Amino acid sequence: MATVFIPTPLRKFTNNTAKLEVAGNNVSEVVSKLTGNFPELKRHLINADGKIPSFINIFVDDDDIRNLQQEQTVVKENTIISIVPAIAGGRE
Amino acid sequence: MAGNSILNGTFMDHRDIKFSRDEMSRYNRHIIIPEFGLEAQQKLKASKVLVIGSGGLGSPVLLYLAAAGIGTIGIVDFDVVDDSNLQRQVLFGVGEVGQPKVEAAKRRLESLNPHINLKVYNTQLTSKNALDLIKEYDVVADGTDNFPTRYLVNDACVLLGKTNVYASIFQFEGQVSVFNYINGKGEVGPNYRDLYATPPPAGLVPSCAEGGVLGVLPGIIGSLQALEVIKVVTGVGEVLSGRFFSFDALTFESRTFNIRRNPNNPLNGNNPTIKELIDYEQFCGVKAVEKKIKEINSLELNEWQQRGEDFQIIDVREPYEYEICNIGAELIPLATVVENAGRIDRKRKVVVQCKTGNRSGKAIRELEERFGFDNLYNLKGGILGYIDDINPKLTKY
Repeated sequence: MATVFIPTPLRKFTNNTAKLEVAGNNVSEVVSKLTGNFPELKRHLINADGKIPSFINIFVDDDDIRNLQQEQTVVKENTIISIVPAIAGGRE
Repeated sequence: MAGNSILNGTFMDHRDIKFSRDEMSRYNRHIIIPEFGLEAQQKLKASKVLVIGSGGLGSPVLLYLAAAGIGTIGIVDFDVVDDSNLQRQVLFGVGEVGQPKVEAAKRRLESLNPHINLKVYNTQLTSKNALDLIKEYDVVADGTDNFPTRYLVNDACVLLGKTNVYASIFQFEGQVSVFNYINGKGEVGPNYRDLYATPPPAGLVPSCAEGGVLGVLPGIIGSLQALEVIKVVTGVGEVLSGRFFSFDALTFESRTFNIRRNPNNPLNGNNPTIKELIDYEQFCGVKAVEKKIKEINSLELNEWQQRGEDFQIIDVREPYEYEICNIGAELIPLATVVENAGRIDRKRKVVVQCKTGNRSGKAIRELEERFGFDNLYNLKGGILGYIDDINPKLTKY
């Protein structure tokens, strides 16, 4: 199963879990499974067109899925999937 | 990049830079590193760096850049030092509370290194002044705290051809990258819009004032930001361009991702459509959100209470915040507002409050959109405003 890293702003929807093991053959399947298990995540990870919204980046191992096969990017047993949303803090 | 800097309209060659005996002694530990040497130190002194935001990230960035001997440092901030800053903004002390941050920062940095020039701008960076401010500098370090300013800094840097050393933090998480970096071959690296084409909907990601931040985190991430500024200026090492660093202080997981330019980038992709700075508040949906909601300020709320008006107050903060201070409201944390909509009165006026007014605004929008409420009032300035105006005995946090 792939390991999915959940970023801080989304952990409130995963019972504060930072790392989850999720089955799936590609990114799309993993995201579906994840949002099936944690329904509150869905509106953050899937937009009205069924795509990953542009303020969320998903990296498979070290690479942006936009530079791989997008949501169809293949996921293996030991793949690490990182969800990296835009955050803006710093000055306050 | 080359160690040339625009100074008084003319290019200054770093090789012409001289150091006094005091400076040679101060920078000795740099100069004796073989990969760094006198030339890198000359490049630092020849350079001009603009630090935008002198708060959590700006504090370590400014301290290290000043100590390292960046020749000219500009600081942009419009805020004053507050008690609640001192947990992480290590530039400031108790004596500076209430003073403009840029002035307090200038004094601290002057005492740290008298051999550098400091220019301060006690103003908010806007679409009107950004190009004029940034064009005077070689490199920008963005340590701001909101999406509109992030896109503004990015776009201004791309339009002017300046490198933007970016860092951002939230709670336990930090990000660093170097945007719009032009390498030795003249190739331009990715920028913020390649990474995040659009901002998240307003209110989705809370600010640090709402969501909090572990005080040491900006120290870690800001130090990495200062490191990248120094690498960009001196050309020493491999700059974090085309890469994106992410750090989670809780799990101690850090990752460095590869990022690329996006041909659809509206600034510098194949068909650029943005040729000047835009209205970033509108772009980030901040204005649209504010228009929709009915508001009440703490003075009006106090009047309602004094004259015994019949209304309900809902507090959408977290229980631990409620314990610190509350105004007797019913507690329904933001994340549970939808499932608890039945507890919210439809016949009376309902005041919704949080810490500063952001989360309560989000709760009201959600309740209006999903359930058609039309009797909700957002407490402007949140409980912090109420404490300032009405009841200073409550604990601020």
